[in-house]
Amino acid sequence: MEVSVIRAGMLTTVQDLGRRGHLSEGVPFGGAADPFALRVANLLVGNAEDAPALEVTLTGPELEFPEAAWLAVCGARFDGVPSWRPVRVEAGGRLKFGKRVQGCRAYVSICGGFFAERVMGGKGTFLAAGIGGFKGRSLRDGDVIRSVPSELRPTGHWSLDERMFPRYSREPTVRAMPGAHAGEFGDGLYSARFGVTARSNRMGIRLDGPKLERAAGEDLVSTAVAPGTIQVPPDGNPIVLMSDAQTLGGYPRLAHVATVDLPLLAQLAPGDGVRFTRTTVAEAHALLQAWERGLALLRQGLAEKLRPA
Amino acid sequence: MRLEPLGDSAVLATLGSGIDAATLASVLSFADSIVAAKRAGITDVVPAYSTVTAFYDPAQFSAAPGDAYDAVCLFLKSCAAGAKAERHDGAGRRVEIPVCYGGDFGPDLEAVAEHCAMSADAAVALHSGADYLVHAIGFTPGFPYLGGLPEALRTPRRDTPRQRVPAGSVAIGGSQTGVYPVDSPGGWHIIGRTPMALFRPHYEPAALLKSGDHVRFKSITPAELESWR
Repeated sequence: MEVSVIRAGMLTTVQDLGRRGHLSEGVPFGGAADPFALRVANLLVGNAEDAPALEVTLTGPELEFPEAAWLAVCGARFDGVPSWRPVRVEAGGRLKFGKRVQGCRAYVSICGGFFAERVMGGKGTFLAAGIGGFKGRSLRDGDVIRSVPSELRPTGHWSLDERMFPRYSREPTVRAMPGAHAGEFGDGLYSARFGVTARSNRMGIRLDGPKLERAAGEDLVSTAVAPGTIQVPPDGNPIVLMSDAQTLGGYPRLAHVATVDLPLLAQLAPGDGVRFTRTTVAEAHALLQAWERGLALLRQGLAEKLRPA
Repeated sequence: MRLEPLGDSAVLATLGSGIDAATLASVLSFADSIVAAKRAGITDVVPAYSTVTAFYDPAQFSAAPGDAYDAVCLFLKSCAAGAKAERHDGAGRRVEIPVCYGGDFGPDLEAVAEHCAMSADAAVALHSGADYLVHAIGFTPGFPYLGGLPEALRTPRRDTPRQRVPAGSVAIGGSQTGVYPVDSPGGWHIIGRTPMALFRPHYEPAALLKSGDHVRFKSITPAELESWR
């Protein structure tokens, strides 16, 4: 079906779970900034977890559906949009995002998934190179985006148990492992609140707080960095790298946020704040395992609630 | 070789401290040996200067979360034992990149020449006369960090980065030179433009250059730039 974009919203892109295998060419993983919300949004409407969905940022779009459709919206909460459960829109109906209530990014899945061209092993939009998603760019008013027919559809009226969500909050505490240059900084990262600045985007969350000063250290040669890496430029304001971050970095690596806590950061809007607490690689792996187990249970539970389309 | 975690999904291996061809040769042969092992659960291998970073899926290395990191390190050490550094000495491809220097395509050429106390023609002759080695690909898709800039051409980065540097711009930043494959912000001095595409997302591989390649620049006229396609 052809879905009309009446209003695009501030920054709405098609995203999936990103690309693998192209970091050495300078192409980041990309994909949903909050992969948990995207995966659940897809599961709720019977899609593969990595099906392309819309990533909505701060202000939501208005979409019109020529045929009846099953949708799910997960992640950030907006007025007028029921979230974390399947929603049926009738033929000719609209999905209209109201005022943002909580969070920064919402994911809109449609039964069958949105159509997107696969480029370099992924269907997500990589804005810096203008590839993937819908014509390699964010949606504009008046665009028409296609969805793919589905073999399954959700049934009934129900919603997810909030206890299985990440601990989304405007002031979360996220877990971080020490980076290579942790010893050249004091305890500043773990002893204060850092505010999220308006210069944050899909490349990185730029924080503002007590300046983190580096004891005299040698000049660094650029190395690979990853989503979650906390870099400290000379101005002392830490940057947490996100999905679209450049693949190499030359700033000191103070710490790395645990992968399971990246959704918490992805949902922070300018003005929100974050605190950091220490974890270990082993604990981060255990958290990841538990996270996957939770999603596997959800997948099983949802299988009973899906019917042939 | 020193191994350390880069968060919970990558291991960073350091093979030396310097930016030199010998270190790069061992970095590249180590990276090759990891890729050649085709181990399930290794998603990306990123060589850069003196390090190689391997990205992994912990679930594919150990069912016990406490053991995954050690299992990846053990795997990397076995790859290092099989790596042959000599395979990469000078073995990279040689790529010639045509550049139209100066004018509208190289708005900072005059400033670079002035900083280096030479004529623009002399700067072009120096830049296009040197051999460069690709030490890393990153910053933007396909962007080559080139070592080998003649010392006389070193120019500190611009005080204010440009919001948009057009794709194909050839630039100098400090002791390095490079080519911007896609439109992006940038703080280096733009001295020319190449018509060659350094990032072609629908090709495999998408990046024209890779670490270890040797690059030379060839001066072309604006007419040659226009007729390239």
